[in-house]
Amino acid sequence: MGIAHKMAKKQKEISIAEFFEKNKQILGFDSFTKAMVVSVKEAVDNSLDACEEARILPDILVKVESVGKDEYRIIVEDNGPGIVRKNIPLVFGKLLYGSRFHAIRQSRGQQGIGISAVVLYGQLTTGKPARIISKIGEDEVAYEVILTIDTKKNEPRVIKETPIIWDREEGTHVEVTIRGRYTRGKQSILEYLQQTAIVNPHAQITFVDPDGRKIIFKRATDILPQPTREIKPHPYGIELGQLLNMARSTKAYRLTSFLTTEFSRVSPKIAEEICKKAYLYGDMRPKDLTIEEAKRLMESFNKVKLMPPPTDCLSPIGENLIKKGLKNVLGSLKPGFYARPVTREPKVYGGNPFIVEAGLVYGGELPKDQPVKILRFANRVPLLYQQGGCVITKAISSVDWRRYGLEQRGGEGIPVGPAIILVHVASTRVPFTSEAKEAIADVPEIREEIELALKSLGRQLKMFMIKKERKNKLSEKFFLVTKILPEIAKKSAEIVEKPVPPFESVISKIMNVVWIDENIEKLGKDKIKVKVKVANFIPKPLEFTLYGDYPLGTLVETDGDGGEDYVKWNVRIDPLKYQNFYFVLKDVSGYGETNYYVDGINPSIVVGAEPLPGDWNIRLDTMEEILEKEREEEEEVVEEDLEGVEDE
Amino acid sequence: MSSEEALEKLYMIAEEIYEDLSKGEVPKMKLAARTRNNIIFNSEYGVWKYGDAKITRSAKKLDGAYMLLRTLYVMEFIKEMIKNNKSSTLREMYYISEGWGLAKFHTQDESNKLAEDLEVITSHLREDFKLRPEEDGASVIGNITVEETNRKGQPRRINCRDDVGDSGYLIPYNVEKNKLKFVDVDADFVMGIETGGMFDRLVENGFDEKARAILVHIKGQPARSTRRLLKRLNEELGLPVVIFTDGDPWSFRIFASIAYGAIKTAHISEYLATPTAEFVGITASDILNYNLPTDKLNDRDIAALQAELKDPRFNTPFWHEEINLMLKIGKKAEQQSLAKYGLDYVTDVYLPEKLTEMGILQ
Repeated sequence: MGIAHKMAKKQKEISIAEFFEKNKQILGFDSFTKAMVVSVKEAVDNSLDACEEARILPDILVKVESVGKDEYRIIVEDNGPGIVRKNIPLVFGKLLYGSRFHAIRQSRGQQGIGISAVVLYGQLTTGKPARIISKIGEDEVAYEVILTIDTKKNEPRVIKETPIIWDREEGTHVEVTIRGRYTRGKQSILEYLQQTAIVNPHAQITFVDPDGRKIIFKRATDILPQPTREIKPHPYGIELGQLLNMARSTKAYRLTSFLTTEFSRVSPKIAEEICKKAYLYGDMRPKDLTIEEAKRLMESFNKVKLMPPPTDCLSPIGENLIKKGLKNVLGSLKPGFYARPVTREPKVYGGNPFIVEAGLVYGGELPKDQPVKILRFANRVPLLYQQGGCVITKAISSVDWRRYGLEQRGGEGIPVGPAIILVHVASTRVPFTSEAKEAIADVPEIREEIELALKSLGRQLKMFMIKKERKNKLSEKFFLVTKILPEIAKKSAEIVEKPVPPFESVISKIMNVVWIDENIEKLGKDKIKVKVKVANFIPKPLEFTLYGDYPLGTLVETDGDGGEDYVKWNVRIDPLKYQNFYFVLKDVSGYGETNYYVDGINPSIVVGAEPLPGDWNIRLDTMEEILEKEREEEEEVVEEDLEGVEDE
Repeated sequence: MSSEEALEKLYMIAEEIYEDLSKGEVPKMKLAARTRNNIIFNSEYGVWKYGDAKITRSAKKLDGAYMLLRTLYVMEFIKEMIKNNKSSTLREMYYISEGWGLAKFHTQDESNKLAEDLEVITSHLREDFKLRPEEDGASVIGNITVEETNRKGQPRRINCRDDVGDSGYLIPYNVEKNKLKFVDVDADFVMGIETGGMFDRLVENGFDEKARAILVHIKGQPARSTRRLLKRLNEELGLPVVIFTDGDPWSFRIFASIAYGAIKTAHISEYLATPTAEFVGITASDILNYNLPTDKLNDRDIAALQAELKDPRFNTPFWHEEINLMLKIGKKAEQQSLAKYGLDYVTDVYLPEKLTEMGILQ
């Protein structure tokens, strides 16, 4: 054998192990703690993707067992569709094997290096094989496969394959032993699962930690995400290598038909134009495309006008489910405020459709004096590392949060306050900063969308704070008129030796609001009664219309004018009197609070209801104006700090 | 007598509150704004007093409501004290308020401030309300004989040079004529000294006798009684008053409160301030002329000096020159830095030079 052949053989022999060694960083195995998270993540991502494709509500068990010093067994089991027997070795025992490799669609797997890398990592660090059990619905039995990877050939080596009885209908069980370090807190398995549960409220995730403690993230909704649709690549977003690969494997005989059939938004007319601009014959065979020609083709892609790619292939989480997910996982922190999550319209960057979603949680037991917690997601996968380099962090840092009531030195940087900000970027191709896929690159189009979403959340936060401030002030005033004022009346009467004067009209002068408040009561098993109290602290009689909204078709009865999703009352009320109203709803689990709206009354004197819905921004401005006016009215000459001139 | 008048004024406040409530109005009190922007020079007395800017304390706001309620309780309390011929310290009133329910004071600052507010509203001194501060131990050494009425109501004569120890004659909180009479004096001027260390130095060096001076240790920002005593010594005995302090913005303010009146007590400036008092030093010029050891001005010092440039009381060529010079050199010095040249330097060189320049010593 010639020396060259020997070398070639050697190169091949070391290739996969060497590949792994060289790319440890990129693959996410650069530290023992990270290796644990990445291993769990790969398996869980696979499970979630598989379940969703099969339209099954995921039920996933994650178990980490300590089996020796720095050695852990990681078990991930799902109720997914299972893997057909002959594919099991390929999925788990061959690197870079996967159906998703060339698909243009929003999927988690796009991010992964694949579960086989985890198997390889375990094998290289502990010498132990992986154990997989999988059962597909139509089979009677499950198959247990114990395998390693042949590092010379990048081929699975099956050690043992046995049919076994498994009590599951269908599903997959993966067991890998790896070298690692188990941690809690930041960037841990628990954090990863918690965040996964937030953006996958349709999944139930059970985690058993090395001490045997069981943590369950319950399913918060039975609605599966809308299935993602595979789309053809759009010319604007293509890379050279991908283009060459596609040209090699296409069934088209002519370049023009290659362009029209393999790409989206390329019509025959445009295909001609592209070829012309690239100085290529439309009749040439795509397989013959040289690198130089492919480059020219790519340049001419940008010289023609193309419709943006279709955006309906994306599957956002949606406003409702983000809120549900946040509530489900963070409920124990009792946040005072959940902003209405924002799902932006789909947009396009470089030929790739994307969509930005954001949510915000404020108050409760969140720490007040620390930077806000940022939850970053790409295609429903939590991003735990490289926070600083991520466009999400950059967008958050560039918004002036002081306007929205958070602390932020100099109006930039990560704001400080009891808040959690969630941002989800979904795309057929998320532009990561590196192969490690830990942070999203600073693409102007994406950044702008994130900023717009954040500002919308910020305005809601500000609105919440304004309302809170008003309510606080009012409860202060309430204390004033109910406790202090009577004392003043009593004491002054005592001193001047006269009867206590009536002071009701003074109360309404001081309060000067209409107060709307509700109280929710359970009525039997599935009904609730919402009691509404309207109190008039204005020194004159009032007449106005009050509306309260509720989920469509849940109304049972009311003393008002009940509609499909709102009830209307005509309120007539004398000074210092109050009126009670009510409505009863059915089938409303977890009913939060009613939004009340008023009409026919100056909204600035109403607390607990808003003027009939108008534009959100205008309302915020009006609220700010109202508050400013209230402040001015109360502001007196502020006494200066008297310079420490103490004279006692 | 004036206590009765004060009570009458307080009673009127209660009456107004009652009237307001009966008429359906939100009860309120108006009082002079106690800010730097609201002090104006009163040429009749040669001191700075409050101008016309008023603030309203109304029951519309929590603070205002508390104040009204507390005023009513304080009034009742004062009424009791006058009836029983008692008086109380401000601190005692603070503790007594424990039993006032919602009107209870939460800090002594609140009760002190209310006492001042009531002074401003009624134009009476808190002494008329039977309220007094604690003694603060400011003292006098010099050849002056006073007659103080003691607790048993008996007059007792004290010579502030011969009948006292090293710490001198302690100034009581009440220095009015009914309590303290000047019997005899043999001195040419009065010198107020900021720090205890310097006061002791002058006493040890016998400066009171050498320079025929009455030395008053003013103990930092002087108490009302100390300022009142300086004024009486000046007005009744015709003795010039000079003030000797550290050379920094805070000491300048001590001088201003003695000579021009303090912002906080501008309602009684004519009663407390000594408009003819003069500043000996340490000035910024002294720092340069005597080449004194210094400290750098910190940010607060600089801000204080800049505030003084805007303070109407300091609007004189002398002060603007000195304040600007201090800002320029960026340094401040203590009185005791004069010890650089020896323990006797202050009494043998510095003060004689400065006082001769001022025409106090010949």
